[in-house]
Amino acid sequence: MPFDHDTVVGFSKSFGLFYLVALSVIALVWTYWPSNKKGFDEAAKRPVLEEEDRPWRG
Amino acid sequence: MIADLTRAERLWAMLILGALGLIGLAMAIGGRNDLLGIHGWIVLAAGLAGFIAVMRGRDAPEPSAERLNEYYDAPTRVGLILTLLWAVVGMGVGFWVAALLAWPDMTFDVPWLSFGRLRPVHTSGVIFGFGGNALIATSFHVLQRTTRARLPDQISPWFVLLGYNLFCVIAASGYLMGLTQSKEYAEPEWYADIWLVVVWVVYFAIYMRTLARRKEPHIYVANWYYMAFILVVAILHIVNNLAVPISLDSAKSYSLFSGVQDAMTQWWYGHNAVAFFLTAGFLGMMYYYLPKRAGRPIFSYRMSIISFWGITFMYMWAGSHHLHYTALPHWVQTLGMAFSVVLLVPSWASAGNALLTLNGAWHKVRDDAVLRFMALAAIFYGITTFEGSFMAIRAVNSLSHYTDWTIGHVHAGALGWVAMITFGSLYSIVPSMFKRERIYSQKLVEVHFWLALSGTVIYVFAMWNSGVTQGLMWRTYTESGGLTYSFIDSLVAMHPYYIARAFGGLLFLLGALTALYNVVMTIRMPAPASDDPALDIPAKPALQAGE
Repeated sequence: MPFDHDTVVGFSKSFGLFYLVALSVIALVWTYWPSNKKGFDEAAKRPVLEEEDRPWRG
Repeated sequence: MIADLTRAERLWAMLILGALGLIGLAMAIGGRNDLLGIHGWIVLAAGLAGFIAVMRGRDAPEPSAERLNEYYDAPTRVGLILTLLWAVVGMGVGFWVAALLAWPDMTFDVPWLSFGRLRPVHTSGVIFGFGGNALIATSFHVLQRTTRARLPDQISPWFVLLGYNLFCVIAASGYLMGLTQSKEYAEPEWYADIWLVVVWVVYFAIYMRTLARRKEPHIYVANWYYMAFILVVAILHIVNNLAVPISLDSAKSYSLFSGVQDAMTQWWYGHNAVAFFLTAGFLGMMYYYLPKRAGRPIFSYRMSIISFWGITFMYMWAGSHHLHYTALPHWVQTLGMAFSVVLLVPSWASAGNALLTLNGAWHKVRDDAVLRFMALAAIFYGITTFEGSFMAIRAVNSLSHYTDWTIGHVHAGALGWVAMITFGSLYSIVPSMFKRERIYSQKLVEVHFWLALSGTVIYVFAMWNSGVTQGLMWRTYTESGGLTYSFIDSLVAMHPYYIARAFGGLLFLLGALTALYNVVMTIRMPAPASDDPALDIPAKPALQAGE
């Protein structure tokens, strides 16, 4: 496959479209997957938690 | 600073600084007949000064293991001060070049005082000096708090912070000497670019190593934005700066790209610098400090994720809107335009998310100037992203391109969004970072807020007026089809707006000076009495009776 203008344009216009659509679908599905909700709700509280300003020690 | 380092780290620091000094010496000798030599001396001086400082402190006792019970905030403290110093330099030079446009005789025939050399000092000073230091300082703070893990060691954060500032100094001093590769926001030459790559890789490694030791399973969204900022800026920086130096003892290099490919690569870089340096990083700041200050969790965490992926997917394709009506293939221009318009969705999702978080806490916005800075930043973020999508449309761009409208748009974003969220975040952490009960003067924060807001509004309105006037004058034709106005006519029409713009910039600069003064005075305030009960005992009298 020659690396010329037409090839690059063809690639961008075909693969470019599908991979963006696929990535969007993956991001949306992951965001709205019901079992992920709990983790998100807990994460959202992270900045406002009143806790000791220290790192954890495992 | 040096007492924080372990013995092994002190040795490493001396090795790194010694190597830096040697590189500087090699640059100074090899480039003695070139401007590269001057930068060699600067690098040598930086390496030597650091080396001597570590040498002198190397016998201090090993830091106690207790330090691992605390977050490592010393680099953040220094970063906050550097942020404010660069703000004063960058905005000061910005005011000066604004004045130069109104009164062009003020170069006094001195080469390094000319507009072309001073302007990049302003742009790099505010974007990289002020913005970059703010991002580094706050990212270390947010990263530790949201992962509940201490930074991995004591030396790499200093390497990143100080190494980055060395890059900024090399960049700014190079511009004054006339060193530039003429790529907007990527002006520094090849050796400075290589150095920045090294610093940046260490920066990303700090993020990865801290995340690997985190307590929280889910990585808080602010960190995603900070990581996107670090990772994408590395990619952009490396690709756009691919160049071949004419020799190792010369500062001059030639870009790998030429013609329209060069233009496209540059604006892919340039627009994504806006996206990932001036947007993603500062969104990271907003998603942590705004909920924290308001005392309310972010309105919709899911929306913050969707906007994250929206912004990272789509910004990558928007750069070609800088090249409407050029030799760039028409479909690439259209692609850039389409993505720019769609970008409004994730942008407004973030701005809306911030404002909806404040919904129910408006009384706090009214009373607390620090939160008001952040609220205003969200509003300006919404305004600027709408304007940006609008200006990217080809027909609108035919009026706005090459005019002051673009400058107005950039400053609505840079002053209204980037600087406001930075100042808000900075004020909110300065007291706790320097272990003071409060900021020195709440009144001065209020003064700063109104200086910043009025300065931004004056600046942006001046440039909107100027830009639209300019655009219309350039496209007004006489009945016979000739241009009605000469270029110099449009320049004369700009004069009052340029004076207004310089005045707006001056107000903003005064605000930054107020912030610097307020922070310095906060640090100089006496530390609050310790509430440790063990210390709550009467002091031993200095001299006992009868002794």
